[in-house]
Amino acid sequence: MKIGVLALQGDFREHIAASENSGHSAVAIRRASELEDIDALILPGGESTTIALLAKTFELFHPIREKISTGLPVYGSCAGMILLADRIVGGAEGQETFGGIDMTVRRNAFGRQVESFEGEIDFAGKKVNGVFIRAPWVEEVGSSVEVLATTAGHPVAVRQGKLFATSFHPELTGDLSVHQYFFEEICR
Amino acid sequence: MSEATGTARVKRGMAEMLKGGVIMDVVNVEQAKIAEDAGACAVMALERVPADIRAQGGVARMSDPDMIQKIQAAVSIPVMAKVRIGHFVEAQIIESLEVDYIDESEVLTPADFTNHIDKWNFKIPFVCGATNLGEALRRINEGAAMIRSKGEAGTGDVSNAMTHMRTIGSEIRRLTSMREDELYVAAKEMQAPFALVQEVAQTGKLPVVLFTAGGIATPADAALMMQMGADGVFVGSGIFKSGNPAARAAACVKATTFFNDPKVLAEASRGLGEAMVGINVADIPVPHRLAERGW
Repeated sequence: MKIGVLALQGDFREHIAASENSGHSAVAIRRASELEDIDALILPGGESTTIALLAKTFELFHPIREKISTGLPVYGSCAGMILLADRIVGGAEGQETFGGIDMTVRRNAFGRQVESFEGEIDFAGKKVNGVFIRAPWVEEVGSSVEVLATTAGHPVAVRQGKLFATSFHPELTGDLSVHQYFFEEICR
Repeated sequence: MSEATGTARVKRGMAEMLKGGVIMDVVNVEQAKIAEDAGACAVMALERVPADIRAQGGVARMSDPDMIQKIQAAVSIPVMAKVRIGHFVEAQIIESLEVDYIDESEVLTPADFTNHIDKWNFKIPFVCGATNLGEALRRINEGAAMIRSKGEAGTGDVSNAMTHMRTIGSEIRRLTSMREDELYVAAKEMQAPFALVQEVAQTGKLPVVLFTAGGIATPADAALMMQMGADGVFVGSGIFKSGNPAARAAACVKATTFFNDPKVLAEASRGLGEAMVGINVADIPVPHRLAERGW
């Protein structure tokens, strides 16, 4: 598959590496025209306010919404989860998202950087190291959303149709199992 | 489930999230909001920007916790704060405020002319300045989770940032071309721990994120540093000492993302009003250059 990774700001290089190490080709996306021939899209970790602002300025915001609504598989980690949420709390004033997943996400829910942590979590029947950095959590989900992992009583990995989001950063661990779940279980 | 806070991965990972972004110096809530609205990926809360520290002289110290907390309350993006080189109590205080990142900075007056802070003792991650690879690796050895090339803060003159990025880059490239048995002497010469020298020789990059700072005043400066291999940029005095801070801040953010696209850079450079006046680094006597601080 050809995986597009939104490359406006954040750790897009790590998602490109994880995609390539999973046997796929990956391209950095900075223009709407680059969305045309990809099989799936990854929204990386980073600052969600910065990414959304740049997406608007460079006319990517509506094209990405369009792709989400027409069934392109999309995975968002951390800031990417925020960008896929239909509703957010604790965001910047007037902060907008691409949306797509029927959920409310709380920004910086686990606290500031000193509260950032890593630990083992059960993800879709597997143990993975969850790296949570100023991470959001899912506050509530609609009936069509499947919860794939929880931490401290809150969903931290969710799926709705072709859309998939995690609070944590598998791209920082070298473990490809979460990316492979996206490629094998969601994209196909 | 066991959860670990303050691990190297969590500290370095935080810097990974800032990549491709602009970190802006701000001195009050109003500026912090302008920075966030312009797309800054983080703000550095401080009482005086480097250009003013330079102009006013005197001892420059950690900022008032009150001022830092007001900025924390005003924005949703990460907030950083500076402490003096070697002043581990200022660092303890900043950590207790739950600031997201500490800059152990040569811009403030050093508190210790021999030692830097033992940064492994903290849960909060640190960024430190470096002018060359040996200095960067010494800081990483002390626990820095992010490096910024120093440049010359408060000048608006990008030449030293350029020198430091070129030096760090060429020293990394040199290590990757060496025989394994030559790395011992390389480590000795750059006064850096052998294990880190070996790691850089193998991977061809620093083990942590590398930003640029010190003298970046225009979108073109930001893009120049990105093309030189920086992971992102700090813009200190360059934004709020210019004619139109909001426009310049947004332009620097665009230029940092589209650093390889001259058409976007031309557009971003248009109609920004006056840039900060600036000082030529060559006109500053060597003992007054901030980049000389750090050991």
